[in-house]
Amino acid sequence: MKNRALSLYAFAYLAFLYVPVLVLPVFSFNDSRFIAFPLSGFTTRWYQGLADDSAMLHALGNSLKVGLVTALLSTLLGLSAAKAVTQVRLKGAGAALGFISLPLFIPDIVLGISLLLLLGATGLPLSLAAVVLGHLLVCVPFALTVLIARFEGFDRNLEEASADLGENGWMTFWRVSFPLMLPGIVASLLLTFITSFDEFLIAYFLSGTEATLPIYIWGQLRFPERLPMVLALGALILTASVGLVVLAEIVRNRGVKRPMVGA
Amino acid sequence: MSFLSLSQVSKSFGGPPVVDRVSLEVPRGEFFSLLGPSGCGKTTLLRMIAGFGTPDSGTIAIDGEVMNGVPPHLRPTNMVFQSYAIFPHLNVFDNIAYGLRKQKLSQDALRTKIETMLATVRLEGLGTRAADQLSGGQRQRVALARALVREPKILLLDEPLGALDKRLREAMQIELRALQRKVGITFVLVTHDQEEALSLSDRVAVMESGKILQIAAPRELYERPASRAVADFIGEMNFFHATLREIGSESFTVNAGLLGVLQLPVANLAPGLKSGDHILLAIRPEHVVFASQGVAGEIAAATFLGERSHFHVKLAGRSEPVAVSGAAPPAGAVHLAFPAESLIALPAN
Repeated sequence: MKNRALSLYAFAYLAFLYVPVLVLPVFSFNDSRFIAFPLSGFTTRWYQGLADDSAMLHALGNSLKVGLVTALLSTLLGLSAAKAVTQVRLKGAGAALGFISLPLFIPDIVLGISLLLLLGATGLPLSLAAVVLGHLLVCVPFALTVLIARFEGFDRNLEEASADLGENGWMTFWRVSFPLMLPGIVASLLLTFITSFDEFLIAYFLSGTEATLPIYIWGQLRFPERLPMVLALGALILTASVGLVVLAEIVRNRGVKRPMVGA
Repeated sequence: MSFLSLSQVSKSFGGPPVVDRVSLEVPRGEFFSLLGPSGCGKTTLLRMIAGFGTPDSGTIAIDGEVMNGVPPHLRPTNMVFQSYAIFPHLNVFDNIAYGLRKQKLSQDALRTKIETMLATVRLEGLGTRAADQLSGGQRQRVALARALVREPKILLLDEPLGALDKRLREAMQIELRALQRKVGITFVLVTHDQEEALSLSDRVAVMESGKILQIAAPRELYERPASRAVADFIGEMNFFHATLREIGSESFTVNAGLLGVLQLPVANLAPGLKSGDHILLAIRPEHVVFASQGVAGEIAAATFLGERSHFHVKLAGRSEPVAVSGAAPPAGAVHLAFPAESLIALPAN
């Protein structure tokens, strides 16, 4: 009986998590402006509308740009920091790690406002570049967490063995460290990309006239007749995100080594 | 200058020296071991020969060239790491071929070279095996092959057999020795296992607290240890306090308390001792013999070890029992004899 109750609970929990999300694709194919049951027929016109919406496409382009640059930079920074923290005995490494992770615990709205003030005070313009800088603050800690986990399972002797076998630092990185880090790097890229792509508050404060996709969507909510298109867009983002997560899992599992046979 | 030459090499990591003014000379083709308890500095010394860490002072030279400041990837040495450090993302073939990139061999030449090396370490047919599918012994062979295929001037081995179980370790000891003879490369091995050092090496350096206590061939190390520390570290030894009386050209005289006044061959006298010195007389358990007359004692404990037995014999007026190894004596009270040629005189501290 207990098992039955447990599976019921698990089922209810999953429903709680995913039914609201499923509403998105369902209504995105619904042939009505009003988001209400009963459904009134199947259509793909909201999706066609999206393809013609140049403002949306522009915002999407902005988000992709910001996401890609943020992902690359934060992974690069995270890589250097993770290597330093795990492989070099540094004084104050713990404190440095704490300070790097701190932005995770500062509300985004506070970060957004402070960055806005800072930009104003220094006279730098609001721009996508400013958004990237803001996103780095939240993305580097994620990258660092993923990469440190990967580095910690790493035999330091491997790099020494490579040096011993005649390769300099750069070739050692290329032939040993990088291939072994690759699953972690890919996971970090995906995670930071999604975090940046998704981020609203900091982008809202710093983007100026160049809207990112979340800001565009937020703007569209003022027009009720455009809501189904927003749902269609949401459904597409959802599909892409699931695709990315599945990809990340596949890469990660490839990196996991089977247990050593014998001894 | 010999092939590998260390002169007054010291190294510390901020505290007391880990390696303290070590000098040693290893001729080409020798199997040389650094033996000592963990923390004695032997691994630090080996790593400095490989180029991982530079000496604070002193010089390391290989084949006449000073190596100080030369990074590991430019040294004519290769190392077998304690953890083996097999590249987990490469198979056996690619692991062994790793260090040959710069030689720019043709596919065929590379293949032939690796196949030959696989045969040398008896891993034929395992070239395509993934690194994570190897047993401990196989990993050890891959690590050896990967280093040897580069034909280093010196092969450095850091506790290479430590991770293997006892039976495999003994088998690999024999193989390692045979391999060294075959390839003729100078081996420098680090170990804390005295049996391993004695059975494998041409010469052994015993280290303690960063210093070299003695460098000698295994038999000499065993039979003529230069100090109590060496004698203690290599096998078991009985010690008796004594006073050095007189040193002649052929023999010397000691007053050894319980054992009486003895006349011993001068070859058994450690250098630097002079008459009147307080000394230690040392004798191995297998050299003490049960006799019908001699020093009277009583067997306190006996352990049967197959072909021989091990005894602890209590002597009147001595708290520490004497260790004796050999065939069982008649029961009850026994007498011990201490052959003069097996008693060595060592400094008391």
